[in-house]
Amino acid sequence: MTDNSYARPGAQVHLGVFFQGVNHTTIWSDPSSGSQIDFETFRRVALTAERGLFDAFFLGEGLRLREQEGKILDLDIVGRPDAITQLAALAGITRHIGLVATQNTTYNEPADLARRLSGLDLLSGGRAGWNAVTTDNAWTGENFRRGGFLDHADRYERAGQFLDTARAIWDAWADGAVATRTDAPSWATPDGVREVSRRTSQFDVTITPTLPRSGQGHPVIFQAGDSPAGRDFAAAHTDVIFSRHGTHFDAALAFAEDIRARVRRAGRPEDDVKILPGTQIVLAENASEVEEKVRWVLEGQYTGQTALSLVGQVWGRDLSDRDPDGPLPEFDPVPAPISVTRGAARDGKDPLAIAREWRALAEAQNLSLRQVAIATTQRSGFAGTPGQVADELTRWVRSGATDGFNISPYLVPTGLDEIVDLLVPELQERGSYRTEYEGSTLREHLGLRPALSRREVESRQAVG
Amino acid sequence: MSLVLGIELDGEGAHPEAWRRAAHTPDRLLTGRTVADRVAAAENAGFTFASFDDSLLPPGAGGGPVGRIDAVNRAAFVAATTSTIGLVPVVGTTYAEPFHTSSQLATLDYASRGRGGWIAARDTDPRVASALGRAEVTAPADLAQEERDAITVVRDLWDSWEDDAVIRDYATGRFLDRDRVHYLDFQGETYSVKGPAIVPRPPQGQLVVFGRAGDTDPSLVDVVLVSGPTVEDTVEAAVRAKAGGAVLVFAELDVALGASTPAQPSGRVSFAGGATGLVDLLRTLDAHVDGVRLHPAVVDEDLPVLARFVVPALLRAGIAHRPVPGSTLRGTLGLDRPVTRFQAERLEHSSR
Ligand SMILES: Cc1cc2nc3c(=O)[nH]c(=O)nc-3n(C[C@H](O)[C@H](O)[C@H](O)COP(=O)(O)O)c2cc1C
Repeated sequence: MTDNSYARPGAQVHLGVFFQGVNHTTIWSDPSSGSQIDFETFRRVALTAERGLFDAFFLGEGLRLREQEGKILDLDIVGRPDAITQLAALAGITRHIGLVATQNTTYNEPADLARRLSGLDLLSGGRAGWNAVTTDNAWTGENFRRGGFLDHADRYERAGQFLDTARAIWDAWADGAVATRTDAPSWATPDGVREVSRRTSQFDVTITPTLPRSGQGHPVIFQAGDSPAGRDFAAAHTDVIFSRHGTHFDAALAFAEDIRARVRRAGRPEDDVKILPGTQIVLAENASEVEEKVRWVLEGQYTGQTALSLVGQVWGRDLSDRDPDGPLPEFDPVPAPISVTRGAARDGKDPLAIAREWRALAEAQNLSLRQVAIATTQRSGFAGTPGQVADELTRWVRSGATDGFNISPYLVPTGLDEIVDLLVPELQERGSYRTEYEGSTLREHLGLRPALSRREVESRQAVG
Repeated sequence: MSLVLGIELDGEGAHPEAWRRAAHTPDRLLTGRTVADRVAAAENAGFTFASFDDSLLPPGAGGGPVGRIDAVNRAAFVAATTSTIGLVPVVGTTYAEPFHTSSQLATLDYASRGRGGWIAARDTDPRVASALGRAEVTAPADLAQEERDAITVVRDLWDSWEDDAVIRDYATGRFLDRDRVHYLDFQGETYSVKGPAIVPRPPQGQLVVFGRAGDTDPSLVDVVLVSGPTVEDTVEAAVRAKAGGAVLVFAELDVALGASTPAQPSGRVSFAGGATGLVDLLRTLDAHVDGVRLHPAVVDEDLPVLARFVVPALLRAGIAHRPVPGSTLRGTLGLDRPVTRFQAERLEHSSR
């Protein structure tokens, strides 16, 4: 595969910061690691990102604490704010940066979620984004009235209908519906606000929406999901994909080409959907220190207990009394996923197959259990001097593998500082990063075309 | 006695024509600037809390404003730009998901460092059900049941993390003490909630919960809001609420200082006149209630008068007190920070 199949010489690197909330990637044992929940932590990260001229600050979402073996997982950072509420608070103290809330389409209703998102969009002056996720955690439903959960196919069906309904709600107010003079005949023109009525397999909604369109039309739509159904959903409905292909160039390029093909098939220009993979960046000022810094980061992320827990998720049993620096278990995993394993490492695959793969890897490279856990589950992203990493990020974007990156700092709240202080200037020197915010909305930061539904309306008008 | 001063800041004011007398053009109502300026003015004036009305439905008709940003978002937007004023949004109890409500309000409490409150309000209009695709709840007993369940679940979720659940124990590699994080296993009439919360226990432990007299069981809330068409009715309602076990009772009051056009009948005492008259009325009420929530007829006309004349007079007279920076809303209202339900159970257990 060549680097130049989709060369874009002047392309700019877009950066976001992904404040994950729940993960083992944040090194909580470091003395500089702050509270995962105090507002000060979020303020600091958001203001640093804004100082670094980032497009967006992202919050993830999880609606039930993770469990393993029927017990709450106690090894990782856990406990996080409600995303939209927290971003509204950050909107009050930031001026430029986009604010993206991960919100699932399964345990929300369009009338409510669309309204809360456009409230954030209006308060922030057009800086809101919505990372629409579908939630693959079966047990989350137990916290909600609907109970239960939807299977994979139905989740994207619901997500598609959800987005259509949300867009109808966002577009219900005609532009200029609200009076601009206090002596106008009425506050809003009588036919300026339409009722929205939808009856689909998932929804039965009748509502008169209460909010006008924002400076960017409506919130920018992000998607995070990787299955074919997820990719088609993104190609048909969304503006940005928050992908997991942010480590290997070839895989990222292949993913991007797959997405571009799907976007074309959906009848949109192929660059209509931007791709921002999640990634981790480890910087060292001298090339000779890079390897050591990477090792330090990985060892902080993969404590012995965390490694045992990740392997335990595959093996389907508690391994916490084993030696993380010893070998993988000699016995086989519990074959059926009967023990309610609710972690990430297994990822829906057959545990016996994963165990075979991991054993082969351990044997070939003489790896301990902990080293296998690191080798198989870490998505390390980029490591190097600021100059080296700036070259790499620029190459990725200019060869069409991505449009930018969504960085998860491994230290919170201080981890973004060195990215902004050291990496951003290197990118700017290469001409691949903005030197000031040119626009005021998130849609403008990302270089997106106008909101999809509005374009559809306009093209329909042009045809009709 | 000390009178807690609250102000309702929804829309342009309680009067349907208030938008015509706003200090900005109508299309500026739904902006962060308008929200922030007004809350800042209320904080500077010395109000103890600002409240934000809400519903999924358009707020007005008859040519008035039909737009409204949701109340939690507005409260959160000013949380980090203010330092003393309590921020109290309305969130419905009939259809909203209590799990979401609990997380949103706990987050508001973190962002405001313990200045969050909640007006738990029933959604009596069945059009809310149509918007959400839910079955209508209209019978008073059913509305009451939903409200009881919602408040119970939200409060229990705030209690589901003990205060010291995050341990960061380097030796064992444990971030959390899982024995200090609790499932609720709530089983209500119409739904169940597993828990625990995803947001750790909020700074106040429990946000200050407000309910309306006649609707809400006083044992579920911290503040009961009473109203009546006359001062006598209001005082009577306050006496009844106290007798019913209300911890704090606040009176609802319509005020029209600038416009001196009384608002439409709202079921609340309606004051129209000058600052001195209002100060006298509040002195009278001070003998019977713990606080008031003022509903200005026209926010942009009444808030400046309240700030320049009414609140300073009450502060000078020692009837009202400016909240102290760094205090929580609970602290300002003289309420304790409760121990969690679960910790209380354990303490009881170990003392037996
Ligand atoms: C990079 C990335 C980030 C994600 N973040 C979240 C999240 O914060 N909350 C969540 O519930 N799901 C999250 N998801 C999960 C997806 O929404 C989706 O449920 C999951 O990937 C399964 O869908 P798929 O089979 O199409 O990949 C994320 C997925 C990816 C790839």
